[in-house]
Amino acid sequence: MSRETYVNIALALLLLAIPFAALQWGSPFYVTLATRMAILALAAVGLNLALGLGGLVSFGHAAFFGVGGYAAGILASHAFNMQPLNLGIVSFAGTNSMLVIWLVAILVAGLLALLIGLISLRTSGVYFIMITLAFAQMTYYFAISWPAYGGEDGLSILVRNQFPGINTMVPLSFFLLCYGVLIAVLILFAFLRDSRFGAALQASRQNEVRVASVGIAPFRIRLAAFVLSGMITALAGALYADLNRFVSPSMMSWHMSGEFIVLIVLGGVGRLYGPVAGAMLFVMVEFLLGGMTDRWQFFLGLGLLAVVLFARGGIVGALAGKVRHG
Amino acid sequence: MAEPVLSLKGVSKSFGALKATENVSLDLYPGEIHALIGPNGAGKSTLIHQIAGTLRPDTGEISFLGERIDGLKVAERARRGLGRSFQVSSLAPEFSALRNVMLAVQSVQGSSFRFFKPVLSDRSLVDPAMEALARVGLQDRARVPAAELSHGERRQLEIAIALALGSKAFLLDEPMAGMGPEGSKALTGFLSELREEAPILLVEHDMDAVFALADRISVLVYGRVIASGSVDEVRADPEVRRAYLGDE
Amino acid sequence: MSSALLIEQLLNGLQLGVMLFLMAAGLTLIFGVMGLINLAHGSLYMVGAFACAWVSAQTGSFWIGLAASLAAAAAMGALVEILVIRRLYKRDHLDQVLATFALILIFSEGTRYLFGSVPLYLNVPPELAGFVVLSGGSRYQLYRLAIIGVGIAVAIGLWLLISKTRLGMRIRAGESDREMIGALGVDIRTLYTIVFALGAALAGFAGAMVGALQSVQVGMGEPVLILAFVVIVIGGIGSIKGALVGAILVGLIDTMGRFLVPQIFALFMGTSQAATAGAAVASMLIYIVMAIILAVRPQGLFAGAR
Repeated sequence: MSRETYVNIALALLLLAIPFAALQWGSPFYVTLATRMAILALAAVGLNLALGLGGLVSFGHAAFFGVGGYAAGILASHAFNMQPLNLGIVSFAGTNSMLVIWLVAILVAGLLALLIGLISLRTSGVYFIMITLAFAQMTYYFAISWPAYGGEDGLSILVRNQFPGINTMVPLSFFLLCYGVLIAVLILFAFLRDSRFGAALQASRQNEVRVASVGIAPFRIRLAAFVLSGMITALAGALYADLNRFVSPSMMSWHMSGEFIVLIVLGGVGRLYGPVAGAMLFVMVEFLLGGMTDRWQFFLGLGLLAVVLFARGGIVGALAGKVRHG
Repeated sequence: MAEPVLSLKGVSKSFGALKATENVSLDLYPGEIHALIGPNGAGKSTLIHQIAGTLRPDTGEISFLGERIDGLKVAERARRGLGRSFQVSSLAPEFSALRNVMLAVQSVQGSSFRFFKPVLSDRSLVDPAMEALARVGLQDRARVPAAELSHGERRQLEIAIALALGSKAFLLDEPMAGMGPEGSKALTGFLSELREEAPILLVEHDMDAVFALADRISVLVYGRVIASGSVDEVRADPEVRRAYLGDE
Repeated sequence: MSSALLIEQLLNGLQLGVMLFLMAAGLTLIFGVMGLINLAHGSLYMVGAFACAWVSAQTGSFWIGLAASLAAAAAMGALVEILVIRRLYKRDHLDQVLATFALILIFSEGTRYLFGSVPLYLNVPPELAGFVVLSGGSRYQLYRLAIIGVGIAVAIGLWLLISKTRLGMRIRAGESDREMIGALGVDIRTLYTIVFALGAALAGFAGAMVGALQSVQVGMGEPVLILAFVVIVIGGIGSIKGALVGAILVGLIDTMGRFLVPQIFALFMGTSQAATAGAAVASMLIYIVMAIILAVRPQGLFAGAR
């Protein structure tokens, strides 16, 4: 096994150990913290597919995160009020089932990612960054100005949605559910990375002209990656809404998009467990600094600046060395 | 004579007032090496770009295997069998030599939308790629990232990729550039055999190589073909001597 | 709807457009010359607004405050360029995005530390406090008209600076060929600092002027920054002309959309429904316009025509 594999296993076990240790030492709050780590890591794994493998610096993934969140919030609120969700021609009953919610979140976000990708992927570089940011901002303003689901105030989920065979109201059970989803998606990511699709995607990042001149159209590869990427982040959004039992437009804010990028860069761009390492570090720093000072974002900014200027490669890069592509 | 594999008719391209290529017509026939020479800035690279599809001609027709291709995108032209090596080596730098070639094999086999099977254990990709590498003599360097290959090795890798594409014609843009005498000699021998497989449109500054390899030569000056013919005809052409060699 | 109300909204749109131009011009100049994407441009807008509000409160003069905002934003811009930004020119866009994102966090929290979380208020200067009467009898704030005038004057000044002066010549040279101006013996480092400070001053100036219309608070630059991005994307990155056209377009569409879309919706649905649906659609309008323009011209309206 490569050194990176050992690092990955250690990170996975460390994250798994946190809630058990927390319960052992009688600090159940840390279970929630670990759940937050797992969910943010999942959102960043989604972005890592576009950004890390494909080199697509999307500054708009909060849109997909928010879409996932609202899928959970809206369906749950309709289930709670016993009112069907009326979409003009068709109407749906609300639901408390996470499986249905996840499916809806993934499909809606996939459709949104397809639309955004069709326009934004025709451009590259700075244009791509600004356009993804702008479209995410569009969904943000839409969520604020659409009063049916709380507008700016957001929407509460009174009872956490349900998953077959699990009592999701028990913090440890909910953590294990999120952790399981994270690991499953990480495995999916590893397969994607090593597949023909992954080869074409990574090659498009390194040299677009080369990929085209062997007969592979980079646009379609990137579009598929962008859609998959948005779907994964939306799944994380649905879980995040259930964690907080609350969803608001702030899930779609550009700070959220920025945070996802930060997670990836802290952990290691394009590395399988980069988002996991990044999310664990970020949530911990946020918690520790936040406990010491209200101005913790000031120090976060300084730290981030230092990382960008002086320490590239992220945590996984520092622990496991450079990537070798067979 | 057989049908031309690649045929240009009246291809023109301007950038503002500058006429980069003007009414260029030329043919590439099976089994031949057709060399394209001319002083710097004559429009050779612009012409290659138009054939490969990175630039669109303003007017004129480009046909490949009997079909018009001037409206197609780069990827589509490559899929039809137009293999290209770049003037400045253009590879996926982080990928190993093997994986660079595998990308071409994967394209030939069809869809890149396969999401699960790991490529590195896929013999249907690795074997043909290794074979292509062996043909250019790079089999021992297969696992080295392209960025760490020497200049000459990268040119060899470019050709291996074109081979793996099963190209029906090769566009080689200065394959000898930056190679030592040994490398040039080996490559000359290799290209000489390669023409049997598919014809080559060769842009090259190394005149020894051109005169040793070319079946026909076209001379491009200020975007226009001023002479076209066999090596001896072109050498003897007074206009070529005047414009290209500076003879008065 | 009365024509006076329509004219008032048109002027509001123009005023927003002019402000966006001041932001977008700096952003696009910095991108054109240095190839840098600067997310922290909104923070410089905020710095200008705070400097103006604070100095005005201390001295009792809006005009001293306005001068202070220019100086503060330019100085802050130069400082940030020297300490951080110049290390980013050779980096990829991802690093630029992250580093300037980090600067936003630092600026926002730093400003909160200095001024607290309570918004500051900045009054319209007494000289401009009046109204003008529009045709049709409605009144329009003189101050807003003055902003439009100042914005147009700045646009002309910027055009003169870039097309007529020695500094402008170097800026244009920097846009077309970065190596070349180095070879010609121009001190690139200083040129870059000047360009960045100029962009910062424009942003700070915009922040100060808008500060008298809104409350001056942390985070005020961010919505403007994103609108400025839309402007640049529409206009074509690096093009000052594109920034001007894009800014006026975005300003007018956004303002008129919020005004007209609910009224149009009211023609075929209930009033309250039309108000909410109209507001939601209007908030998305400029992004939809951006998408349409990009679908037709992926590089923006004036790409390449610098």
